[in-house]
Amino acid sequence: MSYHCIVCVKQVPDTSRITGDVMKPDGTLNRAVLPAVFNHDDLNALEAALSVRDSHGGTVTVVTMGPMGAAEVLRESLYRGVDRAVIVNDRRAAGSDTLATGYILSQAIRKIGRYDFVFCGRQAIDGDTAQVGPQLAEKLGLVQITYFEKILELSDRTVRLRRNVGNGWEVLETRLPLLLTVLDTANEPRPAAARRVMQYKRARTVGEAACEISAAMPDATEQKRDAEQAVRIEKLKMNDLLIEQWDLDDIEADLQWCGISGSPTKVHRVQSIVLTKEGYTELPPTEEGIRGLIHELIVDHTLG
Amino acid sequence: MIEQNRKGEVWVFAEQEDESLNEVSLELCGKARELADRLSVRAAAVLAGWNVRELSYRLIAHGADKVYYVHDTHLEHYRTLPYARVMCRLIAKHKPQIVLYGATPLGRDLAPRIASEMRAGLTADCTDLQIGDYTEPKTNAVHKNLMLQIRPAFGGNIIATIINYDRWPQMATVREGVMRLRDGDPKRSGEIIEEKVEFNDFDLVVRLIERHREKRKINLKAARTIVAGGAGVGNKEDFQLIHDLAGAVGGAVGASRAAVDGGFVGAEHQVGQTGTTVRPALYIACGISGAVQHRAGMEESAKIIAINWDREAPIFSVAHFGIVGDLRKVIPMMIKAIKERA
Repeated sequence: MSYHCIVCVKQVPDTSRITGDVMKPDGTLNRAVLPAVFNHDDLNALEAALSVRDSHGGTVTVVTMGPMGAAEVLRESLYRGVDRAVIVNDRRAAGSDTLATGYILSQAIRKIGRYDFVFCGRQAIDGDTAQVGPQLAEKLGLVQITYFEKILELSDRTVRLRRNVGNGWEVLETRLPLLLTVLDTANEPRPAAARRVMQYKRARTVGEAACEISAAMPDATEQKRDAEQAVRIEKLKMNDLLIEQWDLDDIEADLQWCGISGSPTKVHRVQSIVLTKEGYTELPPTEEGIRGLIHELIVDHTLG
Repeated sequence: MIEQNRKGEVWVFAEQEDESLNEVSLELCGKARELADRLSVRAAAVLAGWNVRELSYRLIAHGADKVYYVHDTHLEHYRTLPYARVMCRLIAKHKPQIVLYGATPLGRDLAPRIASEMRAGLTADCTDLQIGDYTEPKTNAVHKNLMLQIRPAFGGNIIATIINYDRWPQMATVREGVMRLRDGDPKRSGEIIEEKVEFNDFDLVVRLIERHREKRKINLKAARTIVAGGAGVGNKEDFQLIHDLAGAVGGAVGASRAAVDGGFVGAEHQVGQTGTTVRPALYIACGISGAVQHRAGMEESAKIIAINWDREAPIFSVAHFGIVGDLRKVIPMMIKAIKERA
């Protein structure tokens, strides 16, 4: 029996490489200086889906929600072997908290159609909330298994699997379909395949194609640009290089549950971190300095 | 979601496994008590399980006025769906204004499922919870006495205050150790209210086949001295220096997220917003730059020594003693100095 897998992936700012320039003088974030990367745990989710397909047959579809540039993680997914890639891109989705994000993704997955597994990474490094997976599962009416480590047995519509909860593990058995959030220790994500990079590096969404044409023909009339765009999209389609791009209307999302209006949590206040330098006693990195420190700690009973 | 209910209680989801309460639930009972007093309402805990009624008394001792106790064989071991059913039913019935969960693997599995079903807000890993007012900038509508949910965000460069003024209950998760564990008062009295919740077939569709729990190997929260290493240690081999110094001072080994992500040491050693919050008598931070998430987890230590080659590292802002230098040289000197005194 073969299985249809859907993987939710996210492009995130690389918060591990934050430098001093990330805060503007007015205290707001300067996102431009942060490199955008494929959320690490999502690569493990992708690998888990690909390995189900490798051993049982079926398909892997990857879906992301985000700005146009987020299509990069879809190309990265195509390089690694997915069959289909979809981006949900809509300004009205901006400001979505985890609940609204879960709802929008659930609508996109309903449009994708048939599935047996939905895989998510355990959490995204920009928020570390680990909330979207369980919320998406609830919106789809699916069982959720978080902290998924491996499938022990998969036969027909029944799956037996192991999850790791830090201080122990569990073996669970349930029916398909279900949603799994995948640990980074679950597997070793495969690298991009060179052949597929050559094949898919020119894959584009409609939005990306339009942007590139506008940039290439700055002086052309709108008519001319539209014509050029139609040709370009036809060509992408023919070569199987058109990445599907959906907006909230395409996925029949109810706008009251999307974006800011769909988000119960609101940001009240954001403060950038100002370090208050209180005085500390500086000790020289010498034997004498350190001996003095240890002496002080022993005398005041901090040590010993 | 439930309608706003200004008389609603402040709730804690009481996490128990194998008939023992997770300490975070007791910490949260103390916090719930504080919030409930500010709001002049009652604090309550929800305890679900099988034959765990006895645990109610500890929840009451730590601040709960009431314990809603759900006793059912289906609740003997945690599974997401039956536990979510219990919480959603009770929230719909009693309309609490605030619900708090430990940000444990269990709480992080359960709370978002409930938030989604209730269409309510949920803020993860709060480092502080307060009561305060909020004015909507567009309409100037004032929302009084909301729960202010405070957490570092975006790699620790900002502290965000999150609120949820329309879709209640207001919910948050809090890491273990972030709220202080107060001494329980066994003389406090409270009410235990038994509740019954029905499950449907879907709630029970996951079968637990096998389950294994390990005793916690290290207990950072109980350690009097912690020696912690960060990215500046450089690699797993050199992290042995941290173990050596911890051995010399009789302390526990801690780590920053960077050291855990780098594979120098296991995640159970992580101190900070996404790890354990600690308040030892002495904290020695070696090669830790001191991102706000890390500082949030250790800055209340009684004495902090920071060792870092970078004079500008934020860790020095919370340190009592600072050594600007190479930890590969400084740590052996410290070990030597300690051994001389022994």
